[in-house]
Amino acid sequence: MEITKNKEGAKLTLALSGRLDTLTAPQMEEVVKGDMEGVTELSIDLKDLTYVSSAGLRVLLMAQKTMNSRKGTMEICNVCEDIKEVFSITGFADIFTIK
Amino acid sequence: MTEKIFPAEINELAAVIVFLEEELDKAQANPKLMVTLAVALEELFVNVAHYAYPGTKGTVKIGIDTSGDSIVIRLIDSGIPFNPVELPDPDITESAEERKIGGLGIYMVKKSMDSMVYEYKDNQNILTISKRK
Repeated sequence: MEITKNKEGAKLTLALSGRLDTLTAPQMEEVVKGDMEGVTELSIDLKDLTYVSSAGLRVLLMAQKTMNSRKGTMEICNVCEDIKEVFSITGFADIFTIK
Repeated sequence: MTEKIFPAEINELAAVIVFLEEELDKAQANPKLMVTLAVALEELFVNVAHYAYPGTKGTVKIGIDTSGDSIVIRLIDSGIPFNPVELPDPDITESAEERKIGGLGIYMVKKSMDSMVYEYKDNQNILTISKRK
Protein backbone atom coordinates (compact mmCIF):
# COMPACT_ATOMS: atom_id res chain seq x y z
CA MET A 1 0.00 0.00 0.00
CA GLU A 2 1.11 3.56 -0.66
CA ILE A 3 0.08 6.65 1.26
CA THR A 4 0.47 10.04 -0.39
CA LYS A 5 0.31 12.91 2.09
CA ASN A 6 -0.64 16.45 1.22
CA LYS A 7 -0.78 19.03 3.97
CA GLU A 8 -2.10 22.55 3.53
CA GLY A 9 -2.31 24.39 6.84
CA ALA A 10 -4.72 22.50 9.08
CA LYS A 11 -5.95 20.29 6.26
CA LEU A 12 -4.31 16.92 5.63
CA THR A 13 -5.21 14.77 2.65
CA LEU A 14 -4.13 11.16 2.60
CA ALA A 15 -4.47 9.25 -0.65
CA LEU A 16 -4.29 5.49 -0.16
CA SER A 17 -3.59 3.03 -2.92
CA GLY A 18 -3.45 -0.75 -2.89
CA ARG A 19 -4.70 -2.83 0.05
CA LEU A 20 -5.38 -1.69 3.59
CA ASP A 21 -5.07 -5.01 5.42
CA THR A 22 -3.39 -6.65 8.41
CA LEU A 23 0.04 -6.20 6.85
CA THR A 24 -0.32 -2.58 5.71
CA ALA A 25 -2.56 -1.10 8.43
CA PRO A 26 0.50 -0.36 10.65
CA GLN A 27 1.76 2.08 7.94
CA MET A 28 -1.49 4.01 8.20
CA GLU A 29 -1.40 3.82 11.99
CA GLU A 30 2.01 5.48 11.95
CA VAL A 31 0.60 8.39 9.93
CA VAL A 32 -2.44 8.71 12.19
CA LYS A 33 -0.23 8.76 15.26
CA GLY A 34 2.65 10.80 13.86
CA ASP A 35 1.53 13.24 11.18
CA MET A 36 -1.58 14.77 12.66
CA GLU A 37 -0.17 17.69 14.60
CA GLY A 38 -2.34 20.76 14.11
CA VAL A 39 -4.62 18.92 11.69
CA THR A 40 -8.33 19.69 12.12
CA GLU A 41 -9.50 18.68 8.68
CA LEU A 42 -8.63 15.19 7.51
CA SER A 43 -9.56 13.88 4.10
CA ILE A 44 -8.86 10.28 3.17
CA ASP A 45 -8.97 9.54 -0.54
CA LEU A 46 -9.59 5.87 -1.33
CA LYS A 47 -9.73 6.21 -5.13
CA ASP A 48 -6.94 3.70 -5.68
CA LEU A 49 -7.67 1.48 -2.70
CA THR A 50 -9.09 -1.90 -3.65
CA TYR A 51 -9.46 -3.65 -0.33
CA VAL A 52 -10.12 -3.03 3.37
CA SER A 53 -10.06 -5.70 6.09
CA SER A 54 -11.01 -5.31 9.76
CA ALA A 55 -7.43 -4.23 10.52
CA GLY A 56 -7.98 -1.42 8.02
CA LEU A 57 -11.29 -0.48 9.62
CA ARG A 58 -9.58 -0.39 12.99
CA VAL A 59 -7.05 2.22 11.86
CA LEU A 60 -9.72 4.31 10.08
CA LEU A 61 -11.72 4.27 13.32
CA MET A 62 -8.60 5.38 15.17
CA ALA A 63 -8.28 8.34 12.77
CA GLN A 64 -11.97 9.19 13.26
CA LYS A 65 -11.59 9.12 17.05
CA THR A 66 -8.48 11.31 16.84
CA MET A 67 -10.38 13.89 14.80
CA ASN A 68 -13.47 13.72 17.06
CA SER A 69 -11.36 14.26 20.17
CA ARG A 70 -9.97 17.52 18.74
CA LYS A 71 -13.33 18.60 17.30
CA GLY A 72 -11.97 18.27 13.80
CA THR A 73 -13.58 16.75 10.74
CA MET A 74 -12.78 13.66 8.74
CA GLU A 75 -14.18 12.63 5.41
CA ILE A 76 -13.54 9.60 3.27
CA CYS A 77 -13.92 10.09 -0.46
CA ASN A 78 -13.88 8.12 -3.71
CA VAL A 79 -14.86 4.82 -2.11
CA CYS A 80 -15.28 1.91 -4.54
CA GLU A 81 -18.33 -0.36 -4.37
CA ASP A 82 -16.52 -3.30 -2.73
CA ILE A 83 -15.23 -1.15 0.10
CA LYS A 84 -18.61 0.60 0.46
CA GLU A 85 -20.07 -2.85 1.05
CA VAL A 86 -17.50 -3.58 3.77
CA PHE A 87 -18.40 -0.23 5.45
CA SER A 88 -22.06 -1.06 5.20
CA ILE A 89 -21.85 -4.65 6.55
CA THR A 90 -19.88 -3.47 9.56
CA GLY A 91 -21.95 -0.38 10.39
CA PHE A 92 -19.05 1.94 9.59
CA ALA A 93 -21.08 3.56 6.82
CA ASP A 94 -22.94 5.38 9.64
CA ILE A 95 -19.81 6.35 11.55
CA PHE A 96 -17.73 7.77 8.72
CA THR A 97 -18.58 10.74 6.57
CA ILE A 98 -18.37 9.23 3.12
CA LYS A 99 -18.30 11.59 0.16
CA MET B 1 -10.17 -29.33 -3.10
CA THR B 2 -6.67 -27.92 -3.42
CA GLU B 3 -4.89 -27.84 -0.06
CA LYS B 4 -1.81 -26.06 1.17
CA ILE B 5 -0.20 -25.85 4.61
CA PHE B 6 1.02 -22.51 5.95
CA PRO B 7 2.82 -21.55 9.15
CA ALA B 8 0.20 -19.86 11.37
CA GLU B 9 2.01 -16.50 11.29
CA ILE B 10 0.81 -13.05 10.24
CA ASN B 11 3.65 -12.56 7.77
CA GLU B 12 2.34 -15.54 5.78
CA LEU B 13 -0.82 -13.59 4.92
CA ALA B 14 0.46 -12.40 1.54
CA ALA B 15 1.24 -16.01 0.53
CA VAL B 16 -2.20 -17.13 1.69
CA ILE B 17 -3.90 -14.46 -0.43
CA VAL B 18 -1.74 -15.39 -3.45
CA PHE B 19 -2.88 -19.01 -3.02
CA LEU B 20 -6.52 -17.85 -3.02
CA GLU B 21 -5.98 -15.65 -6.08
CA GLU B 22 -4.36 -18.47 -8.02
CA GLU B 23 -7.22 -20.85 -7.29
CA LEU B 24 -9.89 -18.27 -8.13
CA ASP B 25 -8.09 -17.28 -11.33
CA LYS B 26 -8.16 -20.91 -12.44
CA ALA B 27 -11.91 -20.93 -11.79
CA GLN B 28 -12.31 -17.52 -13.52
CA ALA B 29 -14.14 -16.12 -10.51
CA ASN B 30 -15.30 -12.50 -10.79
CA PRO B 31 -13.26 -9.75 -9.11
CA LYS B 32 -15.99 -8.90 -6.59
CA LEU B 33 -16.09 -12.48 -5.35
CA MET B 34 -12.31 -12.39 -5.14
CA VAL B 35 -12.38 -9.34 -2.83
CA THR B 36 -15.15 -10.77 -0.63
CA LEU B 37 -13.35 -14.09 -0.22
CA ALA B 38 -9.99 -12.43 0.35
CA VAL B 39 -11.42 -10.33 3.19
CA ALA B 40 -12.99 -13.43 4.75
CA LEU B 41 -9.90 -15.61 4.40
CA GLU B 42 -7.68 -12.86 5.80
CA GLU B 43 -9.86 -12.47 8.88
CA LEU B 44 -9.93 -16.22 9.56
CA PHE B 45 -6.25 -16.80 8.88
CA VAL B 46 -5.16 -13.83 10.99
CA ASN B 47 -7.40 -15.04 13.78
CA VAL B 48 -5.68 -18.44 13.81
CA ALA B 49 -2.25 -16.77 13.57
CA HIS B 50 -3.05 -14.54 16.55
CA TYR B 51 -4.83 -16.91 18.89
CA ALA B 52 -4.61 -20.61 18.01
CA TYR B 53 -1.11 -21.34 19.27
CA PRO B 54 -0.35 -19.15 22.31
CA GLY B 55 3.36 -19.24 23.11
CA THR B 56 4.12 -21.84 20.47
CA LYS B 57 4.22 -22.24 16.69
CA GLY B 58 1.79 -24.17 14.57
CA THR B 59 0.36 -24.50 11.10
CA VAL B 60 -2.92 -24.07 9.34
CA LYS B 61 -4.07 -26.13 6.39
CA ILE B 62 -6.12 -24.17 3.88
CA GLY B 63 -8.26 -25.93 1.31
CA ILE B 64 -10.05 -24.22 -1.59
CA ASP B 65 -12.67 -25.90 -3.75
CA THR B 66 -13.97 -24.04 -6.79
CA SER B 67 -15.59 -26.99 -8.55
CA GLY B 68 -19.21 -26.58 -7.41
CA ASP B 69 -21.80 -23.78 -7.49
CA SER B 70 -20.07 -22.19 -4.52
CA ILE B 71 -16.47 -21.47 -3.66
CA VAL B 72 -15.65 -23.44 -0.51
CA ILE B 73 -12.71 -22.55 1.75
CA ARG B 74 -11.69 -24.71 4.69
CA LEU B 75 -9.19 -23.89 7.42
CA ILE B 76 -7.87 -26.63 9.69
CA ASP B 77 -5.61 -25.99 12.66
CA SER B 78 -4.67 -28.02 15.71
CA GLY B 79 -4.54 -25.06 18.09
CA ILE B 80 -6.79 -24.33 21.05
CA PRO B 81 -10.47 -25.06 20.35
CA PHE B 82 -12.26 -21.93 19.17
CA ASN B 83 -15.71 -21.76 17.63
CA PRO B 84 -16.06 -18.41 15.82
CA VAL B 85 -19.64 -19.20 14.80
CA GLU B 86 -20.67 -18.82 18.45
CA LEU B 87 -18.82 -15.54 18.96
CA PRO B 88 -21.34 -12.81 19.87
CA ASP B 89 -21.81 -10.17 17.19
CA PRO B 90 -20.38 -6.72 17.95
CA ASP B 91 -22.81 -3.83 18.44
CA ILE B 92 -22.51 -2.10 15.10
CA THR B 93 -24.87 0.71 16.05
CA GLU B 94 -22.44 2.31 18.49
CA SER B 95 -20.85 5.68 17.78
CA ALA B 96 -17.16 6.10 16.93
CA GLU B 97 -16.28 6.71 20.59
CA GLU B 98 -18.00 3.57 21.78
CA ARG B 99 -16.97 1.31 18.94
CA LYS B 100 -14.54 -1.44 19.74
CA ILE B 101 -12.95 -3.63 17.14
CA GLY B 102 -13.02 -7.03 18.86
CA GLY B 103 -15.01 -9.63 16.98
CA LEU B 104 -15.45 -7.41 13.97
CA GLY B 105 -13.41 -9.55 11.59
CA ILE B 106 -15.42 -12.70 12.34
CA TYR B 107 -18.63 -10.70 12.05
CA MET B 108 -17.58 -9.51 8.59
CA VAL B 109 -17.04 -13.13 7.57
CA LYS B 110 -20.45 -14.22 8.94
CA LYS B 111 -22.21 -11.39 7.14
CA SER B 112 -20.45 -11.74 3.80
CA MET B 113 -20.47 -15.55 3.37
CA ASP B 114 -23.45 -17.75 2.58
CA SER B 115 -22.42 -20.28 5.19
CA MET B 116 -19.89 -20.74 7.96
CA VAL B 117 -19.64 -24.11 9.69
CA TYR B 118 -17.40 -25.09 12.60
CA GLU B 119 -16.42 -28.55 13.76
CA TYR B 120 -13.94 -29.75 16.37
CA LYS B 121 -12.71 -33.17 15.44
CA ASP B 122 -9.56 -35.19 16.23
CA ASN B 123 -8.15 -32.22 18.19
CA GLN B 124 -8.57 -29.96 15.18
CA ASN B 125 -10.55 -26.81 14.51
CA ILE B 126 -12.22 -27.23 11.14
CA LEU B 127 -13.89 -24.12 9.78
CA THR B 128 -15.63 -24.13 6.42
CA ILE B 129 -17.02 -21.09 4.65
CA SER B 130 -18.77 -20.93 1.31
CA LYS B 131 -19.95 -18.27 -1.09
CA ARG B 132 -22.03 -18.74 -4.23
CA LYS B 133 -20.24 -17.98 -7.48
